[in-house]
Amino acid sequence: MNALLEVDDLRVYYGKVEGLHRASLRVPEGSIVTVIGPNGAGKTTLLGAIMGLLPSAGSARYAGADLAGTKTEARVGLGLSLVPERRELFGEMSVEDNLRLGAFHRFRKRGVDLESELTAIYARFPRLEERRAQLAATLSGGERQMLALGRALMARPRLLLLDEPSLGLAPRIVRDIFRIITELKKTGVSILLVEQNARAALQVADYGYVLETGEIVLEGEAAGLASNPRVIETYLGLAGKVIAT
Amino acid sequence: MRERTALALFVALLAAAPLALPEFYVTLLNYIGLATLVSVGLVLLTGVAGVMSFGQQVFAGLAAYSTAVLTTRYGISPWITLAAGLALTAAVALFLGAITLRLSGHFLPLSTIAWGIAVYFLFGNMELLGKHTGIADIPPISLFGWRLDTGREICVLIWVLTLAALVAARNLLDSRAGRAIRALRFRSVMAESFGVNTAALKNLVFLYAALLAGLSGWLYAHFLRFVSPGAFNVNAGIDYLFMAVVGGAGQVWGAVIGASLLTVLREWLKDILPKLVGFSGNYEIVVFGVLMIMLLHRTRDGLAPALARLAIAAKVRASPSPAPSLEKRRQPQPGETLLEARAARKQFGGLVAVRDLSFETQSGEILGLIGPNGAGKSTMFNLITGVLGSDGGEIRFRGERIDRFPPSEIARRGICRTFQHVNLISAMSVIENVAIGAHLRGRRGTLDAMLRSDRAEEAQLLYEAALQLERVGLAEHLHETAGSLPLAQQRLVEIARALSADPILLLLDEPAAGLRYGEKKVLAELLRRLRAEGMSILLVEHDMEFVMGLVDRLVVMDFGEKLAQGLPREIQADPAVVEAYLGGIE
Amino acid sequence: MSFDIALWLVQDGVTNGAIYALLALAMLLVFAVTRVIFVPQGEFISYAALSLALLQAGRLPGVVYVLVGGGLVAAALDIALALREKAPARLPRIVALYVLVPCVMAALAWWAAPRSVGLPLQVLIVLGLVVPLGPILYRVAYQPLASASVLVLFIISMAAHYALTGLGLVFFGGEGLRSEAFSDARFKLAVLDITAQSLWVVGASFVLMFALRLFFEKTFYGKALRATAVNRIGARLVGIPAELSGSLSFLLAAFIGAVSGILISPITTIYYDTGFLIGLKGFVGAIVGGMGSYPLAVAGSIGIGLLEAFSSFWASAFKETIVFTIIIPVLLWRSLRSRHIEDEEE
Repeated sequence: MNALLEVDDLRVYYGKVEGLHRASLRVPEGSIVTVIGPNGAGKTTLLGAIMGLLPSAGSARYAGADLAGTKTEARVGLGLSLVPERRELFGEMSVEDNLRLGAFHRFRKRGVDLESELTAIYARFPRLEERRAQLAATLSGGERQMLALGRALMARPRLLLLDEPSLGLAPRIVRDIFRIITELKKTGVSILLVEQNARAALQVADYGYVLETGEIVLEGEAAGLASNPRVIETYLGLAGKVIAT
Repeated sequence: MRERTALALFVALLAAAPLALPEFYVTLLNYIGLATLVSVGLVLLTGVAGVMSFGQQVFAGLAAYSTAVLTTRYGISPWITLAAGLALTAAVALFLGAITLRLSGHFLPLSTIAWGIAVYFLFGNMELLGKHTGIADIPPISLFGWRLDTGREICVLIWVLTLAALVAARNLLDSRAGRAIRALRFRSVMAESFGVNTAALKNLVFLYAALLAGLSGWLYAHFLRFVSPGAFNVNAGIDYLFMAVVGGAGQVWGAVIGASLLTVLREWLKDILPKLVGFSGNYEIVVFGVLMIMLLHRTRDGLAPALARLAIAAKVRASPSPAPSLEKRRQPQPGETLLEARAARKQFGGLVAVRDLSFETQSGEILGLIGPNGAGKSTMFNLITGVLGSDGGEIRFRGERIDRFPPSEIARRGICRTFQHVNLISAMSVIENVAIGAHLRGRRGTLDAMLRSDRAEEAQLLYEAALQLERVGLAEHLHETAGSLPLAQQRLVEIARALSADPILLLLDEPAAGLRYGEKKVLAELLRRLRAEGMSILLVEHDMEFVMGLVDRLVVMDFGEKLAQGLPREIQADPAVVEAYLGGIE
Repeated sequence: MSFDIALWLVQDGVTNGAIYALLALAMLLVFAVTRVIFVPQGEFISYAALSLALLQAGRLPGVVYVLVGGGLVAAALDIALALREKAPARLPRIVALYVLVPCVMAALAWWAAPRSVGLPLQVLIVLGLVVPLGPILYRVAYQPLASASVLVLFIISMAAHYALTGLGLVFFGGEGLRSEAFSDARFKLAVLDITAQSLWVVGASFVLMFALRLFFEKTFYGKALRATAVNRIGARLVGIPAELSGSLSFLLAAFIGAVSGILISPITTIYYDTGFLIGLKGFVGAIVGGMGSYPLAVAGSIGIGLLEAFSSFWASAFKETIVFTIIIPVLLWRSLRSRHIEDEEE
């Protein structure tokens, strides 16, 4: 069976500098796949290229169709949704307007019942309902991440791309976020999760890739990766040493 | 050198032109020269320094009207009125520059249009300036008793001055001041952190462009012997900018190309368009507008770079020859306290990015400041370097408080930095980029550069840059453009640039981010060698692995606060640090 | 100066100021959504004012040629793009928007010109001729450069201003025109002698501003435009196409420009290049108001209208000089307050 997302030999250049070097990966329908790696390895670049925010060479196929020449806005229409590292919320607009706008592309096709969908999102993120009339810019870091996730879900994605959802959040909120990610998988959404927090990412994921300096250097079942000596040394190394002592 | 041959040929053709060409073409040549003078200024101002002005005709008009009034009413010699006109131009330019050059992006061009309109209506309504009819019967210029009263004669003067302006502009760009000017557009934060006063430099470039426009206006008045407001309306200002853009706003010789093309095209269109439309008017602006849009859709660099690629092959340059060394600072004794942060604090709105952080660094050590993403490391870095103002606490360097200083003052004291997001001028050569680091070790200014009286010091600066590049292992890449190097080498260029400032404390902002394993080893090796040579380093990093084997001591930040401090192996065993870095979910 | 004259000047100033305020709003809107400094706004003012005057004089306004020609260019560009992207399904829509609409409007104008169809219909025809030029201009000049820097977009604006002014000269000629007043009525209100025309202008301006506000706060597309202005990347990530918001903001701006031109045409004689100065006064108003806040921009623009009215009384020859010099103290104040270094994106 073909995977929902198939990326082959994807390359991105910044001027003459290569930001991503022949990356290939698969996201099967209904699974969580994670890409881990250090700062500056090209993880955000990878998601930007899949989403069409950055020009790239190589091929990215979604649900069997080539994405080349499809603009970001149109990819959203196809069912890809990105929660970016910088969240990119509409800061001077209310929480509720942010959420409604998440459904923009579906609204355009034909009127959708936004109200019932909003209710569903609020059920998942009760904090957002409390803050529905507040401006997005006034939210705390955790709430902003919730809003970014909620906004992406309003688009009813088939494939959700998450860029460092745990970034800058306190451990308790990180746990919440990862719980929500596993719940989403149960609703049938496929997820490509980019994380620096390798341990947490490998715990929720089915399959993982390790990206270093623009290249996929390792891949495998998440559980296998978590016990791979090289991954332990580089990404879980500290934990390994702590456990050893 | 082929560029010199091309120049000689150009000058020879120009010298022959006034003798050989029919009157009409000499007049055209004069207009081209006058327009070139203004566009050379714009090439520096807009193309290089990134300051867009649609108001250069104002300066031309001020000088033209000054000389018109003073010569016709009071019979003063044009050479004196030149001085007067330029003085007036300079005064107005300094005033306008002082209030507008600090404004960002679009405000400046908008305000240049506004003052362009204001001055145009002023010219057209003042009794003294002859209202809309203007001032006629302006006397010709006399040079040692020779009256330049025909187009052919003044052509010589116009082009001698134009060529002088072109050469001066080219000399300027290839100098200490010129490198700083080339940093103004995209890299002013970097330039400030190596001691360049970017605001003053922008004003200087603005002044120079205004004076060239003024010179052009003075020549115009004595060439036509008549001035009227029509020549200095907003459209003239737009035309000048178009000339600079068409020619290639970053190229000095582009000014000639742009001015020639648009001037010739205008004459030609003035001939044919009324025949097509049936009545006369300035329709050429339709063609200019459409051509401009098409040009910018195709290329944003103008025509000069494309022509240059065709005409002049890349020059092969040798390494700079040895020159007397620049003056060096006295380095502190090993173990002396250099940098001290005491309860440093920074808030962004409600978010406390750095919360009462205290630590100190000593001479001769590498101190690592580490923490997970978003811990506030970069904010702390920006507080030390003066890019951000602090909201509390103190930062001292060798006992002196520096937390109120701008970046240039901090650089002056010997704190030199690199940037996490590589901050090189990508179109400029590696050695020139590194020479910016030594900016504060040179003295020569813009005038010296234009007249080339800066060559001895220039040799010293470039030699120093070459030495530092050799020190970081890039001796092979001196003349490549910085943007063409891979990331790892660009990071080394950043370090060489900081070294050429002769630092007391080297500040490195995530130098290992995005590097491959082997590249990190090379970098670590270099930093160890620098420490062995006595250099003191503060290393802000995210990458634990890179830091652990390298640094003497560590300070760990999380959520803006100090989480731990100590030797690398103590930190590695600290449960709080492990939790912060791994944030497990079980 | 007597009290009566002062009141009269205030009326005059507020009338013009209301128009400048509309233009200032359009400029802020376009800048926030597309980062374009919308200099060609002035040409929409001229085109609309001259077209109305020509229709009233029973002549066909030359803007029909600009409209049909521009529409054809835009259609050609879009068709080429659709073919390259192998999306022939888009073709009918392209032809309808860029070819059919302009042709229908041109035909309507051609039909209406020799007949006296009455002011309301004439106004509608003028709007139909001028407003579609907004999206056409966006498609032809700006859309291919949507990712360019503010300064490149600024040069494009100046170039578009050049081209459109020149076309105005070609198709409208150099003569100045003034259209008939909407109404000659005058009202006495205590000592005030108010002309109906002023009331029309001020009333229409405020109705339009209110309608815009409703559009941005209540409608989904209005919110989408605001979202684009607030965060361009965020907008793309929820699927708001950049071309859609660009077109829409230019459509609104052209509408505002055309309405301003229609409102001002009975008050002032308009030449093919008058609109530029009027539009720039809207810019000055927006700058005086700080370039960010809509209410302040309105206040700043009304201030500009008043300054203009009073300086035309005291020093009429230097009216324009005074109005355009006022930004110097404003900028001085701003630059004293700002102290940061900013780098352009390379």
